[in-house]
Amino acid sequence: MTYLHSIGEYFIMIKDAFVKPTKGKVLRDLIFKEVDDLIIGSLGIVAFISFFVGGVVAIQTALNLNNPLLPKSLIGFAARQSVILEFAPTFISVIMAGKVGSFITSSIGTMRVTEQIDALEVMGINSINYLVFPKIVAMMIYPFVIGIAMFLGIIGAYTAAVYGGFAPSEAFLSGMQEDFKPFQVFYAFFKTYLFAFLLATIPAYHGYFMKGGALEVGKASTSSFVWTAVAIIIVNFIVTQLLLS
Amino acid sequence: MIEVKEIRKGFGDVEVLKGFSTTFQKGQTNLIIGQSGSGKTVFLKTMLGLHKPDSGQIIYDGTPYSNLDEEDQRDLREQIGMVFQGSALFDSMTVEENIAFPLKMFTKMKKSERIERANVVIDRVNLENANHKLPSEISGGMQKRVAIARAIVNNPKYLFCDEPNSGLDPNTATIIDNLIREITIEYDITTIINTHDMNSVMEIGDHIVYLQKGHLAWEGDKTQIFKTDNEDVTNFVYSSNLFKMVREAQLSKNSI
Ligand SMILES: Nc1ncnc2c1ncn2[C@@H]1O[C@H](COP(=O)(O)OP(=O)(O)OP(=O)(O)O)[C@@H](O)[C@H]1O
Ligand SMILES: [Mg+2]
Repeated sequence: MTYLHSIGEYFIMIKDAFVKPTKGKVLRDLIFKEVDDLIIGSLGIVAFISFFVGGVVAIQTALNLNNPLLPKSLIGFAARQSVILEFAPTFISVIMAGKVGSFITSSIGTMRVTEQIDALEVMGINSINYLVFPKIVAMMIYPFVIGIAMFLGIIGAYTAAVYGGFAPSEAFLSGMQEDFKPFQVFYAFFKTYLFAFLLATIPAYHGYFMKGGALEVGKASTSSFVWTAVAIIIVNFIVTQLLLS
Repeated sequence: MIEVKEIRKGFGDVEVLKGFSTTFQKGQTNLIIGQSGSGKTVFLKTMLGLHKPDSGQIIYDGTPYSNLDEEDQRDLREQIGMVFQGSALFDSMTVEENIAFPLKMFTKMKKSERIERANVVIDRVNLENANHKLPSEISGGMQKRVAIARAIVNNPKYLFCDEPNSGLDPNTATIIDNLIREITIEYDITTIINTHDMNSVMEIGDHIVYLQKGHLAWEGDKTQIFKTDNEDVTNFVYSSNLFKMVREAQLSKNSI
């Protein structure tokens, strides 16, 4: 019952984020600020993780290729598939649920407990639009981050495979181009857009509707991470079922 | 003018406002007093529409708030200034940006005009050398003054203050009280102030509402409050030692 209530509240919040917008110029400034906080601020960690996870994928694949009949190009193929299909979009998004998500929940939650949201409302400002809409818009650039993650993931795999002596460069590159299906890239970016929306809205919901004081802000951040991660995994499952099988 | 009609508000099964009516006239300072936990903040927030009343009505210059659709409610709120008990400053903005914020949202002023107007009110609340600081970098009393400046910057028609001078030294508190009263009279606005400061009551108590456990237990002005035979009000008024001493001195003088 309370879950149903929360889900209803969540969708009403999303609707409210799009009505009675704040003045254009103010909104534009807010969006730039969110791009800075949510997108630019995440590039470093995303780059770091992608590169090394890509490397590990290559090494693992190489170590499991015991059969000498299997071509070394398989390493490039496997790295491309796993990085583009899952590691970049899903794995990175779950990590972002921790980074971006807890940032959103705690910043909105702090505004709730210190009555800053009430202050916005009293002035006649649609606080949901003011706080949530710029985050949704900023997160629409998020697939760009995932694009970088894919690129660096494959670079990482190449580096580990070639410089680690697991496969010659030509074999890796030919494997990487083998049986390339553009639809899979579409699939990866399609789900990334959905994740971006979840990453902006679920943590915002947890911050906006939280009750209590500073202690509860911490708890809200934790549960926001859990629910965002769960939602990402479920949506990933559904989208994969629908588009790839 | 704000009329309150049989207002009731509870949370869960605890009723905080237990059904009372009163009228707050414009051009005078209206005070809501009462002990901690008596429901002053809840009353203020209910009048503002931040809490939805369970029953009863709040009437802004003839228009019941509950009759307004969401859009009209927002239009009305643009004419409201509110000083929160905890200041509620936007902590990502500097003092000057906080104060200019309502102007940025609701006027067509250019940036330079906004800054100019902000500095007029900054002067009025005696806030020096803080324009470019963040709320976390100034003292609690200064935060209060920023909150007051932000509330009055856009010339509101209705001004609500939740304990505007708690946490201020007596001198600044008096300055703030008088400032609020001056603005109220000058712009003929409806001002409602929550307080438990007896100095404020003596200074600016044009109309005083005494809340007790969610009931309106007494109302009157600052001369009447010292003569009332309502025991709870008298206990509240004379709870401070200073007032007690003054009263005893007076009583003994009378008995001579
Ligand atoms: N959001 C809320 N949910 C549940 N109960 C609340 C809520 N807000 C206030 N109350 C309860 O309402 C009662 C009145 O609180 P209120 O904050 O109005 O007191 P107050 O008169 O402003 O006190 P103070 O002088 O300390 O500020 C308290 O018992 C409080 O616990
Ligand atoms: Mg209070």
